[in-house]
Amino acid sequence: MADTIWVYAEISEDKITTTTLEMLAKASEAGKAEAILLGPAPADAAQTLAKHGASKIYHCEDAIYTDYLTLPAAETVAGLIQKQSPAVMLFASSYSGRDLVANLSARLDCGAITDVGDFQLKDGSVEATIPALGASYQNTSTLVSEGTKLLVVRPKSFEPKLNEQPLSVEEIPAASDETLRKVHMKERVVVKREGPSLEGAKIVISGGRGLKGEEQFAILKDLAEVLGGAVGASRAAVDAGWVPYAMQIGQTGKTVKPDVYFAIGISGAVQHLSGMKTSKYIVTINKDPEAPIFQYSDFGIVGDLFKVVPQLIEELKKRKGV
Amino acid sequence: MNVVVCGKVIPASTVTIEIDPNTKRMARKGVPHELDPAAASAVEEGLRLTEKHGGTVTLITMGTSDATIGIRNALAMGAASAVHILDDAVAGSDTLGTAKLLAAAIKKQEFDLVICATESSDSYSGIVPGQIAYFLGVPPVTFAKEITVDGNQITIKRQSETGYDVVESTLPALVACSSGINEPRYPQLKGIMAAKKKEIKVYKAVDLGLSPDEVGEKGAREKVLSIGRPAKRQAGKAVTDEGEGGKQIADFLAEIKVI
Ligand SMILES: Cc1cc2nc3c(=O)[nH]c(=O)nc-3n(C[C@H](O)[C@H](O)[C@H](O)COP(=O)(O)OP(=O)(O)OC[C@H]3O[C@@H](n4cnc5c(N)ncnc54)[C@H](O)[C@@H]3O)c2cc1C
Ligand SMILES: Nc1ncnc2c1ncn2[C@@H]1O[C@H](COP(=O)(O)O)[C@@H](O)[C@H]1O
Repeated sequence: MADTIWVYAEISEDKITTTTLEMLAKASEAGKAEAILLGPAPADAAQTLAKHGASKIYHCEDAIYTDYLTLPAAETVAGLIQKQSPAVMLFASSYSGRDLVANLSARLDCGAITDVGDFQLKDGSVEATIPALGASYQNTSTLVSEGTKLLVVRPKSFEPKLNEQPLSVEEIPAASDETLRKVHMKERVVVKREGPSLEGAKIVISGGRGLKGEEQFAILKDLAEVLGGAVGASRAAVDAGWVPYAMQIGQTGKTVKPDVYFAIGISGAVQHLSGMKTSKYIVTINKDPEAPIFQYSDFGIVGDLFKVVPQLIEELKKRKGV
Repeated sequence: MNVVVCGKVIPASTVTIEIDPNTKRMARKGVPHELDPAAASAVEEGLRLTEKHGGTVTLITMGTSDATIGIRNALAMGAASAVHILDDAVAGSDTLGTAKLLAAAIKKQEFDLVICATESSDSYSGIVPGQIAYFLGVPPVTFAKEITVDGNQITIKRQSETGYDVVESTLPALVACSSGINEPRYPQLKGIMAAKKKEIKVYKAVDLGLSPDEVGEKGAREKVLSIGRPAKRQAGKAVTDEGEGGKQIADFLAEIKVI
């Protein structure tokens, strides 16, 4: 179908993910948006998708999709694509999104474009914009294969929009082949996180290798508390084991777009920048005046974070009168 | 247990990679190369597993002749042998072409487990491992931050948005590991000497049963249309801390009405 665009809907923490809604906004602008929703979902999931632009929802509630990774969903989606051939199918650049696209692009022998920041649909062909090498270049790519074009979309590329469609749900049969039950999800472990969530925070305070250790992250928590923000980190801090992966900002972590982003003891590697450079304001504290992060900052202090941050906390408390 | 590791050799992290406007590919030629740190972690993981359960590690890489230095590094770390897909016809392969070539090379080896790094450090599409798993017909277990093998049972801790998942599968399987899964060892002198005697098998696409039309630039489904530089964000003010840095940030926050 020439202008039908499918969105693979994902659920996290019992909600349709924001990235799903972002993709629906773009899909309904570029064509006729439809969604695929597989596995147990909250009761209002289909309504949420319809409200955000999905004119049709292919749905199957079966738990095989959450109990077994990738293979059952790939089987079902491949079958649907072969039957309906939408022009484009969008997947979030998430764990399950990438795994699914990997399988589908090989199975359908059609390839895929990953890390897509935007795209255009013209006469059945697709032109995608991809920020390359982190973000220092921007490329455009197309897929020359026949049939449905698979795109992996990076989070925060579009704004979710309310665009209510009449609720139209088509129930589809569950994948049932025994051979699809190969990668078993045995247990989901939720690592407790402190403070507000990074995704929605208006203020994000991130620390990097410059923090020097786990204990020192406490000063960022103090700062986050006075400002009502959330704490994030660079991959160097995560890989060192100082903070959990859930706090990582960047190419392989979360993408955030707060009003103010603090980069503290972070050099500004392209992979970090790609997760935060669209923030409204960027404030930097770094002792190296040559650090690339300064090129992206709205306001920067060249100095020792262990002096600047405590003074900032004191000052904010004073001004707030506490 | 025999392990095949797929790893890339890439321009060293100290060089700034430019994109050649004519070929629209990374200008990789002539710059110093190294084993991708992500691949070094995959080799390390393979070595740890075979040290515990027996068997050997074979590294497979596809790349130009610049890749030799990285292959030697993996051999010096302890990989028993290596396979180098070296062929002008494979230049310009997209993820699908790369995965077809790697899968075909893996099929020529005896393996119980294939280990990839979730993403390479220079192109990070992150879908090559899942594509390889499909072509091999083995289960894909991705984003691993810990791998345990018990008989033919494999259990991984898989990174998730909110923590981690415990995921089980059976061998043969393909695991893609996340960054930070381990600290790769440095090759020791003994290993470096031994590496010189280890075998590096070289294959071309046709040796792997793939016609040059299916791979490389010709076979690529993804075509780059244009490359460019997006407008840089205008750098703002930066001041050197002279004892008032914290207060100056507070002033800035007041100016933009955040406090
Ligand atoms: C495929 C791939 C994906 C990646 N994904 C991500 C990602 O998602 N997120 C990410 O962040 N990185 C990612 N990286 C890693 C990235 O390339 C960098 O290595 C990383 O971001 C560096 O972290 P950092 O800035 O904390 O450390 P460094 O680069 O070491 O910088 C530390 C900074 O702290 C400053 N500093 C030190 N002490 C002080 C002090 N007392 N006061 C003030 N400043 C101080 C130093 O001047 C320096 O600028 C990825 C890399 C690859 C290859
Ligand atoms: N040219 C290559 N040679 C060997 N392995 C590769 C190659 N390209 C990709 N891979 C494997 O696939 C993973 C993901 O690569 P990428 O899709 O480029 O992020 C890498 O970490 C390797 O394990």
